[in-house]
Formats: sequence, structure tokens, C-alpha cells
Amino acid sequence: MTTTSPPVTTRQGVLELAQVSRWYGNVVAVNDVTMTIGPGVTGLLGPNGAGKSTLLHMMAGFLAPSSGTATLDGRQIWHNHDIYRQIGLVPEKEAVYGFLTGWQFVLSSARLHGLPSPAEAAKRALDLVEMTDASGRRVETYSKGMRQRVKVAAALVHDPQVLLLDEPFNGMDPRQRLHLMDLVRRMGEEGRTILFSSHILEEVERVAHHIEVLVAGRHAASGDYREIRRRMANRPHLFRVRSSDDRRLAAALIADPASSAVTLTEQGVEVQVTDYARFTALLPRMARDLAVHLWQVSPTDEDLESVFSYLISGSTR
Amino acid sequence: MNTVVADITYRAMLGRKRIWLLVLLPVALVVLAALLRLINGHDEQTAVTLMKSFAIGTMLPLLGLIAGTGVVAPEIEDGTIIHLLSKPISRPVIAVTKFVVAASLVAVFAAVSTYAAAYLLTGSESGVATGFTLGALFGGIAYAAVFLLLGVLTRHAVAVGVIYALVWEGVVGGYVPGARKFSIQQWAQSLADQVSSSPFFSSEVTLGFAVPAMVIVTVGAVVWTGQRLRSLSLTGDE
Repeated sequence: MTTTSPPVTTRQGVLELAQVSRWYGNVVAVNDVTMTIGPGVTGLLGPNGAGKSTLLHMMAGFLAPSSGTATLDGRQIWHNHDIYRQIGLVPEKEAVYGFLTGWQFVLSSARLHGLPSPAEAAKRALDLVEMTDASGRRVETYSKGMRQRVKVAAALVHDPQVLLLDEPFNGMDPRQRLHLMDLVRRMGEEGRTILFSSHILEEVERVAHHIEVLVAGRHAASGDYREIRRRMANRPHLFRVRSSDDRRLAAALIADPASSAVTLTEQGVEVQVTDYARFTALLPRMARDLAVHLWQVSPTDEDLESVFSYLISGSTR
Repeated sequence: MNTVVADITYRAMLGRKRIWLLVLLPVALVVLAALLRLINGHDEQTAVTLMKSFAIGTMLPLLGLIAGTGVVAPEIEDGTIIHLLSKPISRPVIAVTKFVVAASLVAVFAAVSTYAAAYLLTGSESGVATGFTLGALFGGIAYAAVFLLLGVLTRHAVAVGVIYALVWEGVVGGYVPGARKFSIQQWAQSLADQVSSSPFFSSEVTLGFAVPAMVIVTVGAVVWTGQRLRSLSLTGDE
């Protein structure tokens, strides 16, 4: 197992967005977002089209906020190329020169940073992502996962205190994914500020100690993964239940405070559940007592979109 | 000027199939000159016509277009430009480096082939070869700057560039007297005319206008490119 460079303890690396909005014509991509990202691993979670890339690009100095400010340790990010001494960026696009070898690509990154020993730095970065063996091959021959890792190596070559990764785990096989997750976690433990975007909650909660949720361009929730999980579990759920006697079951369900509404349909009983834990314990017991056979119990709104919609409606209450 | 940026850009331009685009027209010019020499023999008038219409009138703007847009537009299109821009290097330095690469490519491919073709037809007679080589050299540099700028201004740089090269430079610049003053092709011919003493050739734009115009256009385009790169935005795929 390779190791990362010595712990980063004296550096800051605090990214701050203050009332940041970004619009394109009449379309608002990011709407009045205020957040502070400090050392450690933060996951930027949201469905596709939520504005995650737009937000990351503003933090990376590749997009000017239409209003508000984006700063790193109090310094403006936009129009400030010196900021890249502190920032490493792994874009989502496969922004890699295919005609260069992995070694040439990472070495060019080290030389562009003006590092005193570029070859040494490139070797260390390639070791870190376990790409040393394949570094003599042209990037165009790499798999998507290998390209991703070589991009990470190029972004890490100058040992930045802030690392921004846009959907870094996309296209990686499970082993590569676990390896990169482990690397990101370790770098966060060393005191670096790491922000990565994802639309998969499980991915985010495995790596990030803190989660920022973005939905439809708005900052919907913020907290550690337990907090986000709890808020997701506490939201009202809609269940569809099919049984041997829907009417009888519906009458019993509406009498219990675990549900707020019960509707009889041709497909079965639709139950609006307000207390998830109570309902899941109650239903089988109730069916047994009523001598009703349960044929199907299925949540109807478990897709990510509805979970995110709930989070944003909860945050605006 | 940044040597790493230059190195990557030269590799992208010369190490791939794109080099054939740069080689094709110069080779065509020299082959055409060789054929004309075989058919017509030593002929100054033919040489001047070939230089004016093909070397300066067609090849030069197209080489400028291939090199000028080629050093930057594909990188913006596929996002690889992020690799250069996410580094502590000032964007104007990147713009100047890209310009130097494009200008050097146009200068080498255009000037060498122009000299070879003119020399095949006239030898060193009346300064035709030297004059047009000089015109191709500096005209090529100006074209490289203009098309570099176009590459950062629009995602349709090649289409706009072809229209500019063929319609403005080819038709308007060639036939509308007033517009000739504002044509890089005419400025290049003005330079050629200073060296050449050929009776078959006279430029309509004075050197006093052509040289400052060339300098202003070249410097202005490179500075503007740097400013555009400073504000280059990524919109994301969302």
C-alpha cells in the first residue's frame, strides 16, 4: 500500500460561498447558495441537473458567480490564477491529452506548476493512484477508470490543500472505486479540504464526513451523513399494499397515527406514512390480528428525485 | 511564453493526423509550380499569378486557419484546456505561447513552400521569390493571430474562419477596392511588392499602411485572446 505525503496541519483551505447565484439567461442554475467547506471530505450531493458542476466550477475559478462571492481563505477565486497553487481540480469531462503517456501527462502538470523536482513529484502522484505500471502507455489506450486515476494524479502532483472532484467515481470498476474512496478518505484525514460531487447517496456517505445537498440549484440540506439519512427516513413515505382484504386493512390503518391518509384503489391500498418505524412494525402485526394476507408492500416514492424533493421542501419550511 | 504549453501544443499539431492538413497545401503549391515550370518554362508572370492567387490568396489564409484555430479550439471543445488553465500560469502567457506555436507553424510551412515554388518558376529574378516569402511570413503570422482569437471567441471557429478567409479575403478583398485596405492578403502583397521589382506585380496598399495595420491586428488579436482566456467559463454538462 502506498502512502500519501506528510500530514498537512498548518494550512487552511477554507472555501466559502456567500449568497452565490449563477444564471444563464433566464435559467437559474445555482440560486443563492451560502456554504463553507473546511478541511476534511465533503460530499456535494444532488440529482443530475441540480447545479453541482456549476457550483464546483465556481469554486474552481472556471465560472464567475452572477452574484455573490466565492473565496478560498478569503481570497477571490475568479480571475486569480495563483489560486491553483492551492487547488487541485479533477473535472468530470475526460480532459486528458490522449496522445501523451500517463507519465508525460502527470509530469507536464508538475512542470506547469513550476515544482522544483517535477519528475519526483510525478512519480509520487502516480504511485499514489497505483498507475506507475501503466504510466508508459498513451492515455488514449486507458480505460475510463485509469483515465480518472491519472487525472487525480495530475491534480495531486503539487500536493494541493484543496482538491475538487466532479463525479470522480463515475465509470470506475468496484475495485478502483474502493481504492479511490480510500485515497480520498486518507487525504481528508491528513487535513486537506476535499469536495466531491455525486448523485449517489451511498457513495457520498461512504467517503464524506460532511454532506451538502443541492437540489434544483438550491442548498437543500447540510450535515453529516447520519443527519441526512435521518431526514430522509423521517420524510412522509407513500406505500402501496395489496392484501386479501384491502378494505378491512385500510380501516385499521387509518385508525393508527402512523399513517396520515389511506386511499383504496384498484391496485390496493395507498398509505401515506408519517412514522416510518412505527408503520413497518405495525403492518405485519395488524395483518396477523385481522387475519389478512399481505401480498405486496412496496414504497412508491423511493426514487432519489422524490427524496431530494422532500429535502428541499423541508429546508424551506 | 511557457515551454510546457508549447511542447504539448506542438505535439498536438505535429504528432497526429493534423500535420497532413498543414503539409497538403504547401506540397500542392510546390507540385503546381514544378508542373508549370515543366510546361511553360521560366515564366515570371506565371510565378506572380501563382503567388498572388494561390500562395498568398488561398494557401496562406487556410494554413492560418488550420494552425490558428488548431492550437486552441479543439482543446476548448474537448475540455483538455482545463489542464493548462488550472495551473498558476497567467492566461495571457498561455495565449502568447499558443500564438507563437501557430505563427511558427504557418511561417515555416507557408514561407518555405512559397520560396520553393517561386524559385522553381523564376529563380531569384526580380526578387519575386524573396518578396512573396516575406509576405507569406508576416501575412501568416497575422493570420495565425486572427484565427487564434477566433478559436477562443466562438465554438464555430473553423466555419467562421472559412467564411472569413474565402468571402472577405478572397472575394471582397480581391474585388472591392475600398475593402482591400483591410485585408491581410493585401498587406502581405504590399510587403512582397517592396522587395520585388517585377513589372507584372504592383500592390495597391502602401507599406506605410500595411505594416502598422499588420502589427496592430496581430498584437490586438493576441492580447484579446489572453483576455478571453482569463474569462473562459465552463458551463458543465448539466
